[in-house]
Amino acid sequence: MAKKRTPAVLGWFTLDAERPTLLGTRCQACGTVFFPREETFCRSPLCSGTEFEEVELSRRGRLWSYTNNAYQPPAPYVPTTDPYQPFAIAAVELERERMVVLGQVVSGVSVADLEVGMEMELVLDTLNEDEENEYVVYKWRPAVA
Amino acid sequence: MREVAILGVGMHPWGKWGRNFVEYGVAAAQAALADAGVEWKDVQFVAGGETIRNGYPGYVAGATFAQALGWSGAQVASTYGACATGAQAVDVARARILAGLCDVALVVGADTTPKGFFAPTGGERQQDPDWLRFRLLGATNPVYFGLYARRRMALYGATREDFARVKVKNARHGLANPNARYRKEVTLDEVMASPVVSDPLRLLDICATSDGGAALVLTSLEFARRHTTKPVTIAGVSTVTPRYPNTVIEMPNFATDSAEGVAVPDVPFRDSIARGAYEQAGLGPEDLDLAEVYDLSTALELDWYENIGLCKPGDAEKLVREGATALGGRIPVNASGGLASFGEAVPAQAIAQVCELTWQVRGQAAGRQVEGARVGLAVNQGLFGHGSSLLVKS
Repeated sequence: MAKKRTPAVLGWFTLDAERPTLLGTRCQACGTVFFPREETFCRSPLCSGTEFEEVELSRRGRLWSYTNNAYQPPAPYVPTTDPYQPFAIAAVELERERMVVLGQVVSGVSVADLEVGMEMELVLDTLNEDEENEYVVYKWRPAVA
Repeated sequence: MREVAILGVGMHPWGKWGRNFVEYGVAAAQAALADAGVEWKDVQFVAGGETIRNGYPGYVAGATFAQALGWSGAQVASTYGACATGAQAVDVARARILAGLCDVALVVGADTTPKGFFAPTGGERQQDPDWLRFRLLGATNPVYFGLYARRRMALYGATREDFARVKVKNARHGLANPNARYRKEVTLDEVMASPVVSDPLRLLDICATSDGGAALVLTSLEFARRHTTKPVTIAGVSTVTPRYPNTVIEMPNFATDSAEGVAVPDVPFRDSIARGAYEQAGLGPEDLDLAEVYDLSTALELDWYENIGLCKPGDAEKLVREGATALGGRIPVNASGGLASFGEAVPAQAIAQVCELTWQVRGQAAGRQVEGARVGLAVNQGLFGHGSSLLVKS
Protein backbone atom coordinates (compact mmCIF):
# COMPACT_ATOMS: atom_id res chain seq x y z
CA MET A 1 0.00 0.00 0.00
CA ALA A 2 1.28 3.48 -0.88
CA LYS A 3 2.32 5.61 2.05
CA LYS A 4 0.40 8.77 2.86
CA ARG A 5 2.04 11.97 1.57
CA THR A 6 2.16 14.13 4.67
CA PRO A 7 3.65 17.64 4.82
CA ALA A 8 6.49 17.64 7.39
CA VAL A 9 5.18 21.01 8.59
CA LEU A 10 1.68 22.39 8.08
CA GLY A 11 0.95 25.40 5.90
CA TRP A 12 4.46 26.29 4.77
CA PHE A 13 4.10 25.18 1.13
CA THR A 14 1.56 24.00 -1.42
CA LEU A 15 1.44 20.32 -2.35
CA ASP A 16 1.39 21.03 -6.11
CA ALA A 17 3.72 18.34 -7.45
CA GLU A 18 4.62 20.32 -10.61
CA ARG A 19 4.82 23.93 -9.41
CA PRO A 20 4.96 24.03 -5.62
CA THR A 21 5.28 27.37 -3.85
CA LEU A 22 6.18 28.46 -0.37
CA LEU A 23 3.23 29.89 1.57
CA GLY A 24 3.77 33.06 3.55
CA THR A 25 1.44 35.70 4.88
CA ARG A 26 0.98 39.39 4.08
CA CYS A 27 -0.08 41.96 6.65
CA GLN A 28 -3.38 43.49 5.48
CA ALA A 29 -2.49 46.82 7.07
CA CYS A 30 1.04 47.46 5.75
CA GLY A 31 1.67 44.79 3.13
CA THR A 32 4.77 43.30 4.77
CA VAL A 33 5.39 39.67 3.82
CA PHE A 34 6.35 36.95 6.31
CA PHE A 35 7.83 33.49 5.90
CA PRO A 36 7.41 31.31 7.88
CA ARG A 37 3.83 32.57 8.21
CA GLU A 38 3.00 35.21 10.79
CA GLU A 39 -0.69 35.27 11.74
CA THR A 40 -1.08 37.15 15.01
CA PHE A 41 0.85 40.47 15.13
CA CYS A 42 2.66 42.26 12.34
CA ARG A 43 6.39 42.23 13.10
CA SER A 44 7.07 45.56 11.45
CA PRO A 45 7.72 48.00 14.31
CA LEU A 46 5.78 50.64 12.36
CA CYS A 47 2.57 48.59 12.14
CA SER A 48 0.06 47.16 14.59
CA GLY A 49 -1.76 44.99 12.04
CA THR A 50 -3.44 41.79 13.16
CA GLU A 51 -5.09 40.64 9.89
CA PHE A 52 -3.11 38.55 7.42
CA GLU A 53 -3.75 36.95 4.04
CA GLU A 54 -1.94 33.87 2.75
CA VAL A 55 0.41 34.54 -0.17
CA GLU A 56 2.40 32.33 -2.50
CA LEU A 57 6.08 33.34 -2.63
CA SER A 58 8.30 33.41 -5.71
CA ARG A 59 9.20 29.92 -6.87
CA ARG A 60 12.64 31.01 -8.05
CA GLY A 61 15.51 33.04 -6.65
CA ARG A 62 19.27 33.58 -6.71
CA LEU A 63 21.63 31.48 -4.62
CA TRP A 64 22.83 33.79 -1.80
CA SER A 65 25.09 31.14 -0.29
CA TYR A 66 25.33 27.39 0.27
CA THR A 67 27.00 24.75 2.40
CA ASN A 68 26.47 21.13 3.42
CA ASN A 69 26.28 18.70 6.29
CA ALA A 70 29.26 16.40 5.93
CA TYR A 71 28.27 14.73 9.22
CA GLN A 72 24.84 13.53 10.28
CA PRO A 73 22.96 16.27 12.17
CA PRO A 74 21.50 15.38 15.59
CA ALA A 75 17.80 14.63 16.24
CA PRO A 76 15.16 15.76 15.49
CA TYR A 77 16.81 15.42 12.06
CA VAL A 78 15.95 11.93 10.78
CA PRO A 79 18.60 10.31 8.57
CA THR A 80 17.23 8.85 5.33
CA THR A 81 20.09 6.59 4.36
CA ASP A 82 22.38 4.17 6.15
CA PRO A 83 25.24 4.91 5.90
CA TYR A 84 24.60 8.64 6.10
CA GLN A 85 24.92 10.62 2.85
CA PRO A 86 25.96 14.31 3.06
CA PHE A 87 23.50 16.81 1.62
CA ALA A 88 23.72 20.47 0.63
CA ILE A 89 21.79 23.39 2.11
CA ALA A 90 20.99 26.54 0.12
CA ALA A 91 20.13 30.11 1.10
CA VAL A 92 18.11 31.54 -1.78
CA GLU A 93 17.27 35.23 -2.24
CA LEU A 94 13.77 35.88 -3.58
CA GLU A 95 13.92 39.02 -5.69
CA ARG A 96 10.36 40.31 -5.30
CA GLU A 97 10.07 39.57 -1.57
CA ARG A 98 13.69 40.69 -0.91
CA MET A 99 14.06 37.79 1.49
CA VAL A 100 16.57 34.92 1.85
CA VAL A 101 15.05 31.46 2.50
CA LEU A 102 16.97 28.38 3.67
CA GLY A 103 16.20 24.92 2.35
CA GLN A 104 17.80 21.56 1.76
CA VAL A 105 19.10 20.97 -1.76
CA VAL A 106 17.70 17.90 -3.55
CA SER A 107 19.80 14.76 -3.34
CA GLY A 108 22.19 14.29 -6.23
CA VAL A 109 23.21 17.97 -6.21
CA SER A 110 26.36 18.59 -4.17
CA VAL A 111 28.21 21.79 -3.22
CA ALA A 112 30.47 21.19 -6.24
CA ASP A 113 27.44 21.78 -8.48
CA LEU A 114 26.50 25.11 -6.85
CA GLU A 115 27.66 28.68 -7.36
CA VAL A 116 26.60 31.87 -5.58
CA GLY A 117 24.28 33.85 -7.87
CA MET A 118 22.87 30.92 -9.84
CA GLU A 119 19.11 30.61 -10.30
CA MET A 120 17.37 28.10 -8.02
CA GLU A 121 13.82 26.79 -7.99
CA LEU A 122 11.54 25.21 -5.44
CA VAL A 123 10.54 21.54 -5.58
CA LEU A 124 8.88 19.08 -3.23
CA ASP A 125 10.81 16.07 -2.04
CA THR A 126 10.77 13.43 0.64
CA LEU A 127 12.19 14.50 3.99
CA ASN A 128 11.93 11.05 5.58
CA GLU A 129 9.49 8.14 5.88
CA ASP A 130 8.01 6.06 8.67
CA GLU A 131 5.70 3.01 8.57
CA GLU A 132 2.69 4.91 7.24
CA ASN A 133 3.84 8.32 6.04
CA GLU A 134 6.11 9.85 3.47
CA TYR A 135 6.94 13.24 4.99
CA VAL A 136 7.19 15.88 2.28
CA VAL A 137 9.22 19.09 2.48
CA TYR A 138 10.24 21.92 0.12
CA LYS A 139 13.78 21.83 -1.24
CA TRP A 140 15.87 23.90 -3.65
CA ARG A 141 17.49 22.74 -6.86
CA PRO A 142 19.30 24.54 -9.69
CA ALA A 143 16.60 26.00 -11.96
CA VAL A 144 15.70 24.01 -15.04
CA ALA A 145 15.29 26.47 -17.92
CA MET B 1 28.30 57.66 30.48
CA ARG B 2 29.15 56.71 34.06
CA GLU B 3 31.46 53.76 34.54
CA VAL B 4 31.77 50.83 36.91
CA ALA B 5 35.02 49.20 38.01
CA ILE B 6 36.18 45.66 37.32
CA LEU B 7 37.89 45.02 40.63
CA GLY B 8 38.46 41.29 40.24
CA VAL B 9 38.44 38.64 37.51
CA GLY B 10 38.75 34.85 37.69
CA MET B 11 38.34 31.77 35.54
CA HIS B 12 38.21 28.01 35.85
CA PRO B 13 40.27 26.53 32.99
CA TRP B 14 38.31 25.47 29.89
CA GLY B 15 38.29 21.79 29.00
CA LYS B 16 36.01 18.79 28.71
CA TRP B 17 36.08 18.00 32.40
CA GLY B 18 32.60 16.44 32.62
CA ARG B 19 31.94 17.74 36.13
CA ASN B 20 29.10 19.83 37.56
CA PHE B 21 29.02 23.35 36.08
CA VAL B 22 28.52 24.73 39.60
CA GLU B 23 32.04 23.63 40.49
CA TYR B 24 33.56 25.70 37.66
CA GLY B 25 31.44 28.71 38.56
CA VAL B 26 32.39 28.62 42.23
CA ALA B 27 36.09 28.20 41.42
CA ALA B 28 35.93 31.20 39.06
CA ALA B 29 33.98 33.26 41.62
CA GLN B 30 36.48 32.51 44.37
CA ALA B 31 39.36 33.44 42.06
CA ALA B 32 37.64 36.75 41.16
CA LEU B 33 36.92 37.57 44.83
CA ALA B 34 40.55 36.84 45.77
CA ASP B 35 41.75 38.95 42.84
CA ALA B 36 39.53 41.83 44.01
CA GLY B 37 40.45 41.45 47.68
CA VAL B 38 36.72 41.31 48.49
CA GLU B 39 35.05 38.74 50.73
CA TRP B 40 31.97 36.81 49.60
CA LYS B 41 29.94 38.14 52.53
CA ASP B 42 30.49 41.69 51.20
CA VAL B 43 28.89 40.91 47.80
CA GLN B 44 25.47 42.57 47.68
CA PHE B 45 24.25 41.33 44.31
CA VAL B 46 24.87 38.15 42.29
CA ALA B 47 24.20 37.98 38.53
CA GLY B 48 24.30 34.46 37.08
CA GLY B 49 24.53 33.55 33.40
CA GLU B 50 22.14 30.68 32.75
CA THR B 51 22.98 27.35 31.15
CA ILE B 52 20.10 25.57 29.41
CA ARG B 53 21.84 22.18 29.34
CA ASN B 54 22.02 21.45 33.06
CA GLY B 55 18.41 21.39 34.25
CA TYR B 56 16.81 23.69 36.80
CA PRO B 57 20.05 24.60 38.63
CA GLY B 58 21.25 25.96 35.28
CA TYR B 59 18.11 28.10 34.73
CA VAL B 60 18.41 29.71 38.17
CA ALA B 61 22.19 30.04 37.89
CA GLY B 62 22.46 33.17 40.07
CA ALA B 63 20.82 31.44 43.03
CA THR B 64 22.68 28.19 42.34
CA PHE B 65 26.05 29.94 42.62
CA ALA B 66 24.90 31.95 45.66
CA GLN B 67 23.83 28.76 47.43
CA ALA B 68 27.11 27.02 46.58
CA LEU B 69 29.13 29.97 47.89
CA GLY B 70 26.99 29.94 51.05
CA TRP B 71 23.61 31.74 51.37
CA SER B 72 24.48 35.27 52.42
CA GLY B 73 21.26 37.17 51.80
CA ALA B 74 22.63 38.82 48.63
CA GLN B 75 20.11 39.85 45.98
CA VAL B 76 20.13 37.83 42.79
CA ALA B 77 19.28 37.73 39.07
CA SER B 78 19.78 35.16 36.32
CA THR B 79 19.93 36.04 32.64
CA TYR B 80 19.91 34.16 29.36
CA GLY B 81 20.87 35.56 25.96
CA ALA B 82 22.49 32.61 24.17
CA CYS B 83 26.16 33.48 23.48
CA ALA B 84 25.54 37.00 24.84
CA THR B 85 24.33 35.61 28.21
CA GLY B 86 27.39 36.73 30.16
CA ALA B 87 27.22 40.27 28.79
CA GLN B 88 23.58 40.57 29.89
CA ALA B 89 24.58 39.45 33.39
CA VAL B 90 27.31 42.12 33.38
CA ASP B 91 24.80 44.70 32.18
CA VAL B 92 22.30 43.90 34.96
CA ALA B 93 25.04 44.16 37.59
CA ARG B 94 26.35 47.39 36.06
CA ALA B 95 22.86 48.93 36.05
CA ARG B 96 22.38 48.02 39.73
CA ILE B 97 25.66 49.69 40.65
CA LEU B 98 25.03 52.80 38.52
CA ALA B 99 21.54 53.12 40.01
CA GLY B 100 23.11 53.22 43.46
CA LEU B 101 21.35 50.03 44.53
CA CYS B 102 24.62 48.30 45.45
CA ASP B 103 28.38 48.84 45.50
CA VAL B 104 29.66 45.29 45.01
CA ALA B 105 28.32 42.73 42.51
CA LEU B 106 29.52 39.29 41.48
CA VAL B 107 28.91 38.09 37.91
CA VAL B 108 29.32 34.36 37.24
CA GLY B 109 28.81 32.09 34.23
CA ALA B 110 29.71 28.41 33.84
CA ASP B 111 28.74 25.47 31.66
CA THR B 112 29.14 21.74 31.23
CA THR B 113 28.60 20.72 27.59
CA PRO B 114 27.66 17.45 25.91
CA LYS B 115 29.81 15.82 23.23
CA GLY B 116 29.13 16.62 19.57
CA PHE B 117 26.82 19.16 17.91
CA PHE B 118 24.64 21.39 20.02
CA ALA B 119 21.05 20.14 19.53
CA PRO B 120 17.68 21.61 20.58
CA THR B 121 16.12 20.58 23.88
CA GLY B 122 13.86 17.49 23.69
CA GLY B 123 10.18 17.13 22.75
CA GLU B 124 8.28 17.83 19.50
CA ARG B 125 7.75 21.57 19.01
CA GLN B 126 6.43 22.57 15.58
CA GLN B 127 6.28 26.22 16.71
CA ASP B 128 9.94 26.41 17.74
CA PRO B 129 12.27 27.49 14.91
CA ASP B 130 15.25 26.02 16.78
CA TRP B 131 13.56 22.59 16.79
CA LEU B 132 12.26 22.94 13.24
CA ARG B 133 15.63 23.90 11.74
CA PHE B 134 17.00 20.53 12.81
CA ARG B 135 13.83 18.64 11.82
CA LEU B 136 13.24 20.20 8.38
CA LEU B 137 16.73 21.27 7.33
CA GLY B 138 19.24 19.44 9.48
CA ALA B 139 20.68 22.93 9.94
CA THR B 140 23.31 22.66 12.68
CA ASN B 141 25.16 25.75 13.90
CA PRO B 142 28.12 25.04 11.55
CA VAL B 143 25.65 25.13 8.61
CA TYR B 144 25.05 28.82 9.31
CA PHE B 145 28.81 29.42 9.75
CA GLY B 146 29.38 27.66 6.41
CA LEU B 147 26.85 29.92 4.66
CA TYR B 148 28.60 33.06 5.92
CA ALA B 149 32.02 31.67 4.96
CA ARG B 150 30.94 30.80 1.41
CA ARG B 151 29.37 34.25 1.07
CA ARG B 152 32.75 35.86 1.96
CA MET B 153 34.44 33.73 -0.70
CA ALA B 154 31.89 34.82 -3.31
CA LEU B 155 31.84 38.52 -2.36
CA TYR B 156 35.44 39.21 -1.41
CA GLY B 157 37.54 36.40 -2.84
CA ALA B 158 38.34 34.93 0.57
CA THR B 159 40.10 31.57 0.37
CA ARG B 160 40.16 28.51 2.60
CA GLU B 161 43.79 29.44 3.36
CA ASP B 162 42.63 32.81 4.70
CA PHE B 163 40.27 31.03 7.08
CA ALA B 164 43.03 28.62 8.13
CA ARG B 165 45.35 31.58 8.85
CA VAL B 166 42.94 32.73 11.55
CA LYS B 167 43.17 29.34 13.28
CA VAL B 168 46.95 29.27 13.06
CA LYS B 169 47.12 32.77 14.60
CA ASN B 170 44.67 32.04 17.42
CA ALA B 171 46.27 28.68 18.27
CA ARG B 172 49.60 30.48 18.61
CA HIS B 173 48.02 33.15 20.84
CA GLY B 174 46.47 30.50 23.09
CA LEU B 175 49.77 28.67 23.71
CA ALA B 176 50.64 30.70 26.79
CA ASN B 177 47.11 31.05 28.20
CA PRO B 178 46.73 28.84 31.29
CA ASN B 179 42.92 28.87 30.94
CA ALA B 180 42.84 27.76 27.29
CA ARG B 181 41.70 24.21 26.48
CA TYR B 182 43.89 23.74 23.39
CA ARG B 183 47.48 24.88 23.86
CA LYS B 184 49.14 23.54 20.77
CA GLU B 185 50.46 25.15 17.60
CA VAL B 186 48.51 24.29 14.47
CA THR B 187 49.92 24.60 10.95
CA LEU B 188 48.13 25.80 7.83
CA ASP B 189 48.49 22.28 6.41
CA GLU B 190 46.88 20.71 9.48
CA VAL B 191 43.85 22.98 9.20
CA MET B 192 43.56 22.33 5.46
CA ALA B 193 43.87 18.56 6.01
CA SER B 194 41.16 18.40 8.70
CA PRO B 195 37.82 16.97 7.51
CA VAL B 196 35.14 19.25 6.06
CA VAL B 197 32.20 19.73 8.44
CA SER B 198 30.11 22.33 6.60
CA ASP B 199 31.76 23.30 3.34
CA PRO B 200 33.95 25.36 3.04
CA LEU B 201 34.66 25.03 6.78
CA ARG B 202 36.70 22.22 8.23
CA LEU B 203 36.86 20.75 11.70
CA LEU B 204 39.71 23.07 12.73
CA ASP B 205 37.84 26.13 11.39
CA ILE B 206 34.97 25.57 13.82
CA CYS B 207 35.07 26.08 17.57
CA ALA B 208 34.47 23.17 19.93
CA THR B 209 32.02 23.10 22.85
CA SER B 210 33.74 23.23 26.23
CA ASP B 211 33.29 23.21 29.98
CA GLY B 212 34.49 26.30 31.82
CA GLY B 213 33.64 29.09 34.22
CA ALA B 214 34.37 32.82 34.46
CA ALA B 215 33.55 35.51 37.01
CA LEU B 216 33.92 39.23 37.64
CA VAL B 217 33.68 41.40 40.73
CA LEU B 218 32.13 44.70 39.62
CA THR B 219 31.99 47.68 41.97
CA SER B 220 31.21 51.36 42.04
CA LEU B 221 34.18 53.62 41.25
CA GLU B 222 34.07 54.97 44.80
CA PHE B 223 34.37 51.47 46.26
CA ALA B 224 37.15 50.56 43.81
CA ARG B 225 39.21 53.62 44.68
CA ARG B 226 39.37 52.46 48.29
CA HIS B 227 41.02 49.24 47.04
CA THR B 228 43.22 50.35 44.14
CA THR B 229 44.68 53.53 42.70
CA LYS B 230 44.15 52.43 39.11
CA PRO B 231 40.77 50.76 38.65
CA VAL B 232 39.98 49.08 35.33
CA THR B 233 36.55 50.18 34.15
CA ILE B 234 33.73 49.10 31.87
CA ALA B 235 33.20 52.07 29.56
CA GLY B 236 30.31 50.64 27.54
CA VAL B 237 28.00 47.63 27.36
CA SER B 238 25.89 47.01 24.28
CA THR B 239 23.19 44.34 24.22
CA VAL B 240 21.38 45.67 21.13
CA THR B 241 18.70 43.80 19.22
CA PRO B 242 18.41 44.04 15.42
CA ARG B 243 16.33 46.72 13.69
CA TYR B 244 13.60 45.59 11.32
CA PRO B 245 14.08 44.32 8.68
CA ASN B 246 17.12 42.19 9.57
CA THR B 247 18.38 41.20 6.12
CA VAL B 248 21.10 38.69 7.08
CA ILE B 249 20.03 35.13 7.83
CA GLU B 250 20.55 34.43 11.53
CA MET B 251 20.53 31.24 13.60
CA PRO B 252 18.04 29.61 14.06
CA ASN B 253 15.84 31.26 11.43
CA PHE B 254 14.54 29.85 8.14
CA ALA B 255 14.44 33.19 6.42
CA THR B 256 15.46 36.82 6.74
CA ASP B 257 12.88 39.53 7.24
CA SER B 258 11.43 40.72 3.95
CA ALA B 259 12.76 44.09 2.80
CA GLU B 260 9.96 44.49 0.22
CA GLY B 261 8.42 47.91 0.76
CA VAL B 262 10.26 48.52 4.06
CA ALA B 263 13.27 50.79 4.50
CA VAL B 264 16.41 48.80 5.40
CA PRO B 265 18.23 50.22 8.48
CA ASP B 266 21.34 52.32 7.77
CA VAL B 267 23.43 50.16 10.12
CA PRO B 268 23.14 46.37 9.73
CA PHE B 269 22.70 44.36 12.93
CA ARG B 270 26.23 43.07 13.24
CA ASP B 271 27.68 46.55 12.72
CA SER B 272 25.31 47.95 15.34
CA ILE B 273 26.59 45.66 18.14
CA ALA B 274 30.01 47.26 18.71
CA ARG B 275 28.69 50.66 17.67
CA GLY B 276 26.40 50.61 20.71
CA ALA B 277 29.41 50.21 23.02
CA TYR B 278 31.53 52.80 21.16
CA GLU B 279 28.74 55.38 21.45
CA GLN B 280 28.29 54.86 25.18
CA ALA B 281 32.03 55.17 25.79
CA GLY B 282 32.70 58.03 23.39
CA LEU B 283 35.33 55.85 21.73
CA GLY B 284 35.84 54.42 18.26
CA PRO B 285 37.73 51.62 16.54
CA GLU B 286 40.79 53.89 16.25
CA ASP B 287 41.05 53.94 20.06
CA LEU B 288 41.36 50.16 20.42
CA ASP B 289 44.57 48.43 21.44
CA LEU B 290 43.07 44.96 21.10
CA ALA B 291 39.79 43.11 20.52
CA GLU B 292 38.31 39.80 21.60
CA VAL B 293 35.82 38.71 18.92
CA TYR B 294 33.52 35.69 18.82
CA ASP B 295 35.31 33.29 16.46
CA LEU B 296 32.67 30.57 16.33
CA SER B 297 34.38 29.93 13.01
CA THR B 298 37.59 31.25 11.51
CA ALA B 299 35.62 32.98 8.74
CA LEU B 300 33.38 34.70 11.28
CA GLU B 301 36.44 36.31 12.87
CA LEU B 302 37.06 37.99 9.51
CA ASP B 303 33.45 39.25 9.44
CA TRP B 304 33.97 40.78 12.89
CA TYR B 305 37.03 42.81 11.75
CA GLU B 306 34.64 44.68 9.48
CA ASN B 307 31.67 44.73 11.85
CA ILE B 308 33.70 46.39 14.64
CA GLY B 309 35.32 48.88 12.26
CA LEU B 310 38.90 47.61 12.05
CA CYS B 311 38.68 47.76 8.24
CA LYS B 312 36.14 48.24 5.49
CA PRO B 313 34.11 45.33 4.07
CA GLY B 314 36.29 43.05 1.98
CA ASP B 315 39.60 44.03 3.62
CA ALA B 316 39.63 41.53 6.50
CA GLU B 317 41.59 38.93 4.56
CA LYS B 318 44.32 41.50 4.00
CA LEU B 319 44.58 42.14 7.77
CA VAL B 320 45.08 38.49 8.63
CA ARG B 321 47.47 37.91 5.71
CA GLU B 322 49.63 40.86 6.82
CA GLY B 323 49.63 39.78 10.45
CA ALA B 324 47.94 43.03 11.57
CA THR B 325 45.68 41.09 13.95
CA ALA B 326 48.43 38.86 15.37
CA LEU B 327 50.29 39.69 18.60
CA GLY B 328 52.82 42.36 17.68
CA GLY B 329 50.58 43.59 14.84
CA ARG B 330 48.67 46.87 14.53
CA ILE B 331 45.53 45.62 16.31
CA PRO B 332 45.82 42.16 17.89
CA VAL B 333 42.57 40.16 17.81
CA ASN B 334 41.90 37.27 20.18
CA ALA B 335 45.17 37.54 22.07
CA SER B 336 43.60 35.04 24.51
CA GLY B 337 43.54 32.42 21.77
CA GLY B 338 39.83 33.01 21.18
CA LEU B 339 37.22 30.32 20.83
CA ALA B 340 39.72 28.52 18.59
CA SER B 341 41.79 27.80 21.73
CA PHE B 342 38.96 27.68 24.26
CA GLY B 343 35.91 26.13 22.64
CA GLU B 344 32.61 27.63 23.68
CA ALA B 345 31.20 27.45 27.22
CA VAL B 346 28.13 29.54 26.33
CA PRO B 347 27.16 31.43 29.53
CA ALA B 348 30.80 31.91 30.57
CA GLN B 349 32.22 33.05 27.26
CA ALA B 350 31.29 36.75 27.20
CA ILE B 351 32.54 36.98 30.80
CA ALA B 352 35.80 35.25 29.83
CA GLN B 353 36.29 37.88 27.11
CA VAL B 354 36.11 40.57 29.82
CA CYS B 355 38.58 38.63 32.03
CA GLU B 356 41.08 38.62 29.15
CA LEU B 357 40.64 42.34 28.41
CA THR B 358 41.09 43.13 32.11
CA TRP B 359 44.34 41.15 32.35
CA GLN B 360 45.53 42.84 29.14
CA VAL B 361 44.86 46.43 30.23
CA ARG B 362 46.44 45.69 33.62
CA GLY B 363 49.54 44.33 31.85
CA GLN B 364 49.11 40.88 33.42
CA ALA B 365 48.57 38.73 30.31
CA ALA B 366 51.80 36.79 30.62
CA GLY B 367 53.04 35.29 27.35
CA ARG B 368 50.34 36.99 25.27
CA GLN B 369 50.52 40.61 26.46
CA VAL B 370 49.60 43.35 23.99
CA GLU B 371 52.23 45.98 24.79
CA GLY B 372 50.82 49.11 26.39
CA ALA B 373 47.20 47.97 26.07
CA ARG B 374 44.77 50.51 27.54
CA VAL B 375 41.47 49.96 25.68
CA GLY B 376 39.94 46.66 24.57
CA LEU B 377 36.66 45.67 22.94
CA ALA B 378 34.79 42.37 23.28
CA VAL B 379 32.03 41.42 20.84
CA ASN B 380 29.82 38.40 20.37
CA GLN B 381 26.56 37.17 18.93
CA GLY B 382 24.23 34.29 19.66
CA LEU B 383 20.83 33.00 18.57
CA PHE B 384 17.51 34.84 18.22
CA GLY B 385 18.94 38.32 17.67
CA HIS B 386 21.22 38.49 20.68
CA GLY B 387 24.52 40.29 20.42
CA SER B 388 26.79 42.04 22.85
CA SER B 389 29.83 44.23 23.03
CA LEU B 390 31.79 45.58 25.99
CA LEU B 391 34.54 48.17 26.19
CA VAL B 392 37.15 47.80 28.93
CA LYS B 393 39.79 50.43 29.69
CA SER B 394 42.48 51.20 32.23
